[in-house]
Amino acid sequence: MKLAISISGNTLDSPFNARFGRAAAFCIVDTETGAWEAFDNPALSASGGAGVQASQFVAKHGAQAVVSGAFGPNAFDTLAAAEIEMYLAPGNEAHTAAEIYEMFKAGQLTKAEAATHEGHHGVHH
Amino acid sequence: MRIVVASGKGGTGKTTVATSLALIAAEQESVRFMDCDVEAPNAGLFLNPVLDTRKDVGVLIPKVDEAICTYCGKCAEVCQFHAIAVIGKKTLVFPELCHGCGSCTLVCPENAISEHLDVMGVLESGRGAQGIDFSQGVMNVGEPMAVPIIRELKKWEVANLPFIEIRDAPPGASCPVVETIRGADFALLVTEPTPFGLHDLKQVAEITHELGLPTGVVVNRDGIGDNAVQAYCDENDIPILMRIPMERRIAEAIASGTPLLEAAPEYRPYFQSMLEIIVAAVGA
Repeated sequence: MKLAISISGNTLDSPFNARFGRAAAFCIVDTETGAWEAFDNPALSASGGAGVQASQFVAKHGAQAVVSGAFGPNAFDTLAAAEIEMYLAPGNEAHTAAEIYEMFKAGQLTKAEAATHEGHHGVHH
Repeated sequence: MRIVVASGKGGTGKTTVATSLALIAAEQESVRFMDCDVEAPNAGLFLNPVLDTRKDVGVLIPKVDEAICTYCGKCAEVCQFHAIAVIGKKTLVFPELCHGCGSCTLVCPENAISEHLDVMGVLESGRGAQGIDFSQGVMNVGEPMAVPIIRELKKWEVANLPFIEIRDAPPGASCPVVETIRGADFALLVTEPTPFGLHDLKQVAEITHELGLPTGVVVNRDGIGDNAVQAYCDENDIPILMRIPMERRIAEAIASGTPLLEAAPEYRPYFQSMLEIIVAAVGA
């Protein structure tokens, strides 16, 4: 399956970025072959709705799971609709995408079952 | 003629100046007063309107008919705010991201999108002191966007444009203030002679400059702080049209809801001549 990891940079050795919608890029790893590709996150410059845009972006690239440090409500709803599993990795210590990938394979990451924080646009109702 | 009263910094006396300007203008002409500070409209406390007309306002949010939708994704592609997402065989709408532009409805090849009003607040209007045609927008608590309410308030012309329209702007220098200023003929910026007043005055003065709007300044709480506001105005050719000194009796009257003109009638000539200067500036 394809795993997306939010990163700053463009290789598997780039640092893990704990933000999802506003991550600089995503590294997408094929867990069967170990092959990876990095893509700049188009939502980085979005004026709003970055979580929704980033979610659609990783879905378009075929990700079935994603690792980040946090998922807002809109990102959570969009990724859940796409049936993409969300995993949380600690953002307070420096890790490379490769290290995060090893932690994922070792089953050390917890699954996000709900949004981890409130939206950045206030509560609508 | 449309005059907008803005400040940047909160609490400088926008509403104090705007309401007294409206009161003096209404002695001779028809006046409309618009409280555009929709997050905390309080000019009514000075003008005591009888609010007898109301209208719900909000933005038109898309509603997707799943029976017709083919999940082509054109709506999600066109949306600049990522308020609509198409994922597999699901279309998600995020009302709090939607600006109500209607692009998704226009591009949908199946006509599967209809629009419904997502109520964000209410517009209210009625007659206030001295027959002033008063209106205000009131944003519901928790709403993230004030601009659609201000835009609707500006469009909500119950009567024809009177001689003078006065818009009381929200504090700040972001979208709600720009929306309030847009379409005005003159900007009256109320500030205080402190580094804080000056800092925010500069931000709003840059907006009015950018919009090519004739601008004047009122220095409130004159006598405190420093001379930097004066220096800034001199340097940028922005006339200081009035100074209101820091006086306990004025502060007390305003704190109890008495308009400045009533509390300190000796300011009537200053408001009168300020109005004349503004009318002349707009006419020229």
